[in-house]
Amino acid sequence: MKIEILYPDMAYLFGDAANVRYLKASLPTAEFIETKKGSKPLFLSEKVNFVYMGALTERSQEEAVELLLPYKDEFIKAIDNGTVFLFTGNTLEILGEYIIDDDGKKIPCLGIFDYYAKRDYYHRHNSACLAEFENMKIMGFKTQFTMCYPKTDEKGLFKVEKGIGMNEKSKAEGIRVNNFMGTYLIGPLLILNPDFTKYLLKLIGVEKPTIAFEKEAMEAYKKRYEDFLERIPVKPEKYKKM
Amino acid sequence: MIIFKKIQFYFALWVAKFTALGLKIMGRKGTSLPGSLAIILCHDFFKYMDKPKTIIGITGTNGKTTTANLIADALIKCGIDFVGNREGSNTPTGVASVMIANGNWLGKQKKQVAVFEIDERSSLSVFPYVKPNFLLITNIFRDSYRRNAHVEFICDILNNGIPSETKLILNGDDPLCSSLGKNCEKVFFGLAKQDFEENALKNLVRDGTFCPVCENPLTYDFIRYHHIGNAHCEKCGYTSPIAKYKGVKADAENSLLTIEINDKNYTGKLLDDNPINIYNQLSAIAVLCEFGIEPEKAIACFDNISIDKTRFTKTTLYNKTLFSYLAKCQNPIACSRVFENIRNFPGKKCVLLYLDDRLDSKYSVENMAWIYDTDFEFLNDESITQIIFSGARRKDVYVRLLLAGISEDKIKTTEEISQMLDVVDLDASDSFIICHDITFNSNFTKQRLKEMINANYSEAKEGN
Repeated sequence: MKIEILYPDMAYLFGDAANVRYLKASLPTAEFIETKKGSKPLFLSEKVNFVYMGALTERSQEEAVELLLPYKDEFIKAIDNGTVFLFTGNTLEILGEYIIDDDGKKIPCLGIFDYYAKRDYYHRHNSACLAEFENMKIMGFKTQFTMCYPKTDEKGLFKVEKGIGMNEKSKAEGIRVNNFMGTYLIGPLLILNPDFTKYLLKLIGVEKPTIAFEKEAMEAYKKRYEDFLERIPVKPEKYKKM
Repeated sequence: MIIFKKIQFYFALWVAKFTALGLKIMGRKGTSLPGSLAIILCHDFFKYMDKPKTIIGITGTNGKTTTANLIADALIKCGIDFVGNREGSNTPTGVASVMIANGNWLGKQKKQVAVFEIDERSSLSVFPYVKPNFLLITNIFRDSYRRNAHVEFICDILNNGIPSETKLILNGDDPLCSSLGKNCEKVFFGLAKQDFEENALKNLVRDGTFCPVCENPLTYDFIRYHHIGNAHCEKCGYTSPIAKYKGVKADAENSLLTIEINDKNYTGKLLDDNPINIYNQLSAIAVLCEFGIEPEKAIACFDNISIDKTRFTKTTLYNKTLFSYLAKCQNPIACSRVFENIRNFPGKKCVLLYLDDRLDSKYSVENMAWIYDTDFEFLNDESITQIIFSGARRKDVYVRLLLAGISEDKIKTTEEISQMLDVVDLDASDSFIICHDITFNSNFTKQRLKEMINANYSEAKEGN
């Protein structure tokens, strides 16, 4: 089994690298390939079971677009062929049409999906999110300068129950096209959501998925779920000017 | 318009001064309320307010408060009369409050030297008008995701805020910090590799991986921790800058620090052998020298100065040592540095973690991503025999410790924070380390632990 970590030297901001450490602990025999800045992603030329990419800084987003743009067609082909991707944090933005910077400048992106994002450096958005996915409850956290605007909510990955989706008015969180999954939820998403991780492992070809520290991760998940139900408002408070 | 602005400014100043007077009568000090009122009533308060002639600013991710306190203590020793926000806030309101207190009813400043610790995010509001003559930037690290986002964001804020006429005193061992302020005059401080230091990356997070000039990967010749060390770029030839104030030898055994300044060596008291505090001391000495104090005198100032006791305390009772150690929650680097130091303490250790974000745990659910950027792996060491914690997210922390490879036999959790000391095994450890966030008052816990040690070992002693 091959798992590719895309640009781990620049896309690991908010505890993201823990997803990889957790996968390594859960899949000790899998081969992990780190594709660093400047190298051609492996999934473009050979079968890779799973591709993971973490959050980017705003300048790194532009760099990532520049690095991936020459391979846009192959990227689309990989998505069409059912390669499993998980992009966390603001990384899903690079697959959209463009990002509008704080000064109004339009930054062209890969244009694979039909959404755009808008940055606002004075209003950093931080919130918790409780959502539904394939009869599972997903919990996570957001910390971002952007809001994202898809044309419809049809391709949403998670259905938000508490918190916000792609933007303050949306209840669709993230994007799913075939097996491409992108979500604004940051950091250790896989550790925080053991059932989702098992779903993912099954999707990438693990017949009987088991995850590291499953019992303890489930106990933490259950306790966190109780707290999310009790303490997280359905709609997060309007965020303050920084 | 200008007349209106002036009227608005004086109105704001007088309201603030009357408020400060009222607070003084009530015996309240260290509040930034006067500054808050002044800025609310006159948004460009700093523009119209007179400023001290010499302003020393201190900013950066970690070590601001410790270094600002060291500089203040040293200036007192040198007999220099100054004002500062030591007892107040490091935000614009804190700086304004100090200037209001130091100003007369027309705003004219009385003391002409100021030492301001300034939160790095506040630099955009403070620096356009309050322009430091000397600005120390201690380091740039990953901090609270909620407030500080990431290092690129903080570097951009600083680069946009730092006035071009300010002389920068920068950490030459930090490529993110040393490349700030492209148009400013700069001097650097640094610490040479010490004999006892290994050259290995042992941290999960290393942000300064790319060349600040050409953005190609940096090659590190020496890594002290995270991205602190000496690096060069194979592509464009960039190298870490040469430090004007270079710590040559930190002799922990004899508590001596040798510093090379302009090719001449000076030796003085080493305040603490923790590298973070060596950097704090070196940076404070650099600031004092740039301010105009002779190196011998600046270094001698530290003979009778110590690191602020609210951050680190040590007590010994019946051969048991009790530490309290500040480790800001939500700040992965600050906690990682503390965890490495804890690992290096001698003897068998019991670590008590009080790192919940108390506000979040009360009203929300804390974002736990930061614990996965924090090197809990340092606590996976033979010498650490017990790790005890509690709080709303204890089960999440438990999983994190397991992922760090820590044996579950060493981990103890309790439902309530107040129960943590009940599960301490006094015999299993030589040292007990209360590792706490800034919002946690460790005094009560320290006192209770002392009582437990006293009760246990004084009885044993009497029995013998």
